[in-house]
Amino acid sequence: MEQHELHVTVNGEEHTLACDPDTPLLDMLRAGLGLSGPRFGCGVGLCGACLVVIDGKARSSCDYPAWAAEGTEVTTVEGLRRAGALHAVQQAFLDEQAAQCGYCTSGMIVAAAALLDANPAPTEREVHEALDGNLCRCGTHRRVVAAVLRAAHQDGGAHESSGRAAR
Amino acid sequence: MTVTGQPDPGGTDPADRLAAYPSLAANPVLSSWLAFSPGGTVTIHSGKVEYGQGVWTALAQIAAEELDVALDRVSVAPVSTGGSPDEGVTSGSLSIQHSGSALRQACAQARALLLAEAADKLGTTGALTVADGQILAAGQPTGLSYWSLASPGLLDREAGDPVPVKPPGQWSVAGRSAHRIDLPDKVTGRPRFLHDIVLPGMLYGRVVRPPAVVAELLGTGDPGLPPDTVTVRDGSFLGVVAPADAQALRAARALAKAARWRVTESLPDARDLKGFLLSAPTEDSPVESRHDAAAAATVTTSRTAEYTRPFLAHASMAPSCAIARWDGDAVTVWSHTQGPFALRDALAAGLRLDPARVTVHHAEGAGAYGHNGADDAALDAVLLARAVPGRPVRVLWSREDEMSWAPLGPAMLARLSAGLDERGRIVTWRQDVWSNGFIGRPGRGGEPRLLALAHLAGGRPMTPAPDGPPTGAMGSTRNAVPGYDIPDVQVVRHRLLTMPIRTSSLRSLGAFLNVFAIESFMDELAECAGADPVEFRLAHLTDPRAMRVVEQVAEFSGWAGRPRAEGTGYGIGYARYKGLAGYCAAVAEVEAEDDVHVRRIWLAVDVGTVINPDGVVNQVEGGAVQSASWATRERVTFDRARITSLSWDSYPVLRFTEVPGVAVRIVPAPGRPETGAGEVAQGPVAAAIGNALAQAAGVRVRDLPLTREQVIRAIEEG
Repeated sequence: MEQHELHVTVNGEEHTLACDPDTPLLDMLRAGLGLSGPRFGCGVGLCGACLVVIDGKARSSCDYPAWAAEGTEVTTVEGLRRAGALHAVQQAFLDEQAAQCGYCTSGMIVAAAALLDANPAPTEREVHEALDGNLCRCGTHRRVVAAVLRAAHQDGGAHESSGRAAR
Repeated sequence: MTVTGQPDPGGTDPADRLAAYPSLAANPVLSSWLAFSPGGTVTIHSGKVEYGQGVWTALAQIAAEELDVALDRVSVAPVSTGGSPDEGVTSGSLSIQHSGSALRQACAQARALLLAEAADKLGTTGALTVADGQILAAGQPTGLSYWSLASPGLLDREAGDPVPVKPPGQWSVAGRSAHRIDLPDKVTGRPRFLHDIVLPGMLYGRVVRPPAVVAELLGTGDPGLPPDTVTVRDGSFLGVVAPADAQALRAARALAKAARWRVTESLPDARDLKGFLLSAPTEDSPVESRHDAAAAATVTTSRTAEYTRPFLAHASMAPSCAIARWDGDAVTVWSHTQGPFALRDALAAGLRLDPARVTVHHAEGAGAYGHNGADDAALDAVLLARAVPGRPVRVLWSREDEMSWAPLGPAMLARLSAGLDERGRIVTWRQDVWSNGFIGRPGRGGEPRLLALAHLAGGRPMTPAPDGPPTGAMGSTRNAVPGYDIPDVQVVRHRLLTMPIRTSSLRSLGAFLNVFAIESFMDELAECAGADPVEFRLAHLTDPRAMRVVEQVAEFSGWAGRPRAEGTGYGIGYARYKGLAGYCAAVAEVEAEDDVHVRRIWLAVDVGTVINPDGVVNQVEGGAVQSASWATRERVTFDRARITSLSWDSYPVLRFTEVPGVAVRIVPAPGRPETGAGEVAQGPVAAAIGNALAQAAGVRVRDLPLTREQVIRAIEEG
C-alpha cells in the first residue's frame, strides 16, 4: 500500500502521520493518535458517533479520507477542554445526565459544540436540526437537547438570553 | 445507625439461611461482594454488567447507604468470571432486585463485622455509629475507620443469617437522584468501551459472513492477501487476522470478493408474515385457563382482532466487538456480553474446552437491549485467536453484519377475542400468541447457541429458540394475560418449531406486542361499550396501584376535556410489566397528517422502591422513545435468502427531529419492593401510540410498524 505523509493539527497539536491516503480520518485518530473519543458506528457517515470538528465544521470522520484532511485543524471531544475545565457542553451533559450507554455521546458533544460556535443561542428546533445526523438508540434525545440549551444559556449570558427572548 | 445484629457464621446451608437473597446465597462469601481498598475507598463486586442502564450507579448508592460512606468513595469492579459473583445474565429488569438486595445484605453484614471489631478494640459495649466510614462512639471520633479495621481476610467468610438493613425512611444516599458514575469518562471521550481497549501485541480480526442466512462456502478463490495476514477457514466460517484493523477490513473485503458460496433460499415471504406465523408447525401450551361458564353465558357482543409485529433489530449504536487470547489450553476473552458466565460455559461447550480454562472479562459496549451480537463476536474472536496463539485478537463486526447477524426480536401475531355483557363489561377473553422463542441466549435449551458454531465444519444449524415456561411472565407469553378483572380468560401460546430467522431476547420480550394488542383491543372494546378509554380501563381494574398510574397519567396529560384537533389524536396504554413487576400507564399525542408523528408522551410509573429517581426517569424516557421508534419506524426486511435492512438508511430509527417530547412521573410506592424500570414503558407506549393514531387517522392499524403506508392500507381494507 502506498504511504503518504499527512500533516494535520489535532486538538491544537501538529502531527505528521504516515498513512494510506484512503484511510478514513477516524482510523488515523484512533489507531494513529490513540484517541478514543471519536467512535466507529457505521462507517458511512450515517450515525454521528465519529463526529469531529474539521476546520470549524462538524463532520463524520469514518468516511473522511485522510488525504482530504491534509492541512486541516481537527478537534475531537478530547480537545474541547479548556485549561483543564470541561467545555460548557460537556458540563451540561453531566448536569442533565444526558446519556445512557454514552457510545454516541462524543459525537453529540462535538456536534453541539460546533453548533454553539456558529449559533450561540439556538432555538430548540435548531438544536434538533443540528443533531439530526446523530443517532441515539437509548432514547436520551430530550436530555441531550436540554443539555445543549443549558450550555447555550450558560455560555451566552445576558446578551444571548435577550436574543433568544426576542425570537 | 446503631448495630442491631451480628452476622452468625452459622454452619447451616447458605441456600436456606439466605433464601431471601438468591444472589447472596449463590455467592455467600462477603469478600466476593465488597472490599475496603487503600485510600479510603470501597470496591463493590456485582455480577451485573453496565450497559448504559445505570445499574452500577444504583448499586454504588445501595452500598454507600448501607455502609454509611460517601457515594464517591464507592467504585464498581468490572465483572469477570475470574472473581465476580455469578449472578447469571443481566436481563429482565432484575438487577436491583437481585444484585441490589444481595449487595445491601453483604454490606450490612460487613458493617456489623467491622463494628464488632471496633467494639473489641475500644473495649466498649456502647453503641457505635459510622460517619463516612469513620467509627464514632457516642458521636465522637474513635480514630478507627473501616479501612483501619478491615484486616486482610476479614471478609473472607460466608454471610451469616440476614441482619436488619436500613429502612428506606433512613436513607440519605439511596432514594435520591445521583449522577451516574460512568458519565464523566463518557463526556470526555476517555477509553471506556471494549472497542477502546488496545492490548500489547494485539492483532485485528474480521469475519467474512456468508452472503445469505443459509450458505455453504465452496472455495476461497485467490484473494491475493499480503503475507502478514492470516486467513482462517473452518467449514463455512471464514475470517482474517492482520496487524491493523484497516488492513483486516481490506483483507476481509478481498476474501469476500474471491469466495464462492452455494446459497439456499430459506426465508419466508416478508410480505406475508401472518402466513408464515400461522402456517409454521407449533408447540401449543396453555398460559391461562380461567373458566366461568356463568359469566360466559352473559355475552351479548363479541369482537375478534389480530395484531402483529415484524422482526425487530437491536440496531446497537456500536457493532459487536470482542478480544480473545488463546494461550495453550487457556482462553481469555473480553466481551460486552450480558452474561459473562453463560458465555464462558457456551464457549467451553462449543469448542470442547474445560470451562475452568476459559475466562471472560466484561467490558462495556454500546447500549444493549437484549441478546445482541456480543456473544457471537466473542466466539469469532476465539476462533481467530486460535490461529495466532499468544496474541490477543480483536474482532469488530461491520455495521451490515450487526444489522443482519445479531439475533432479532421475533415477529409475532396475537389473535384476541372478547365478549361483552349487556352492561358493556368484558366477561370473556381469549388470546392466542404465535411467535418464535425469545430465550435464545448462550446455553439456553442445553446448547451453546453461538452463531459461528453452525458455520464450522460439521456444525449443525442452531435449533429454534426456546421460549421459557408459558407463565405469562416469560418469553412470548410475557404480558399475554390481560391484567384486567375478567372472569373467563384463556390464553394459549403457539411457539414456532422452525426458525428460519434467528430470534432471541429483545427488550420486554413478548410484552411489546401483547400489550400493544391488549391495549389496542381495550380501546376497540371501549368503543363497543360506548365508554371513555380511561374510564373503561378503570372499570376493569381492581389493583389500586394499577388504578393510580392510569389516573395519574390521565390527570397530568390533561386527558379529560382536551379539545380535539383535526389530524391529532390521544391514546392511552397501560400494563403491569410481566403481570407482576412495575406498573406503567402512557398517554401519547399523535399527529397523522402527511405521516405518523408522535409528538408527546406522558408516563406514570410505579416501580416500587426507587434507588436513583433520575435513573428511573432516564430509563423510562429512553424506553418510551425506543418503543415509539419500534412502533412507528422499525421493521427488519429480507428477501428469500438474506436480511436486507443493513444500514441506518434501510433500518431507520427515530431521529432528533422526530422524537416526541417525553414527561415521566414516578408514582411513589414507599415500602414496596424494587421492580426494575428498564422495560415497563415498551408495551404501554406502543399501545398509546396505536390508540392515538386510531383517533387521529380515524382508522385502526393493527400491524406494526404504524407507518403512513399501513394507515393507507388500513383505510383501503377498511
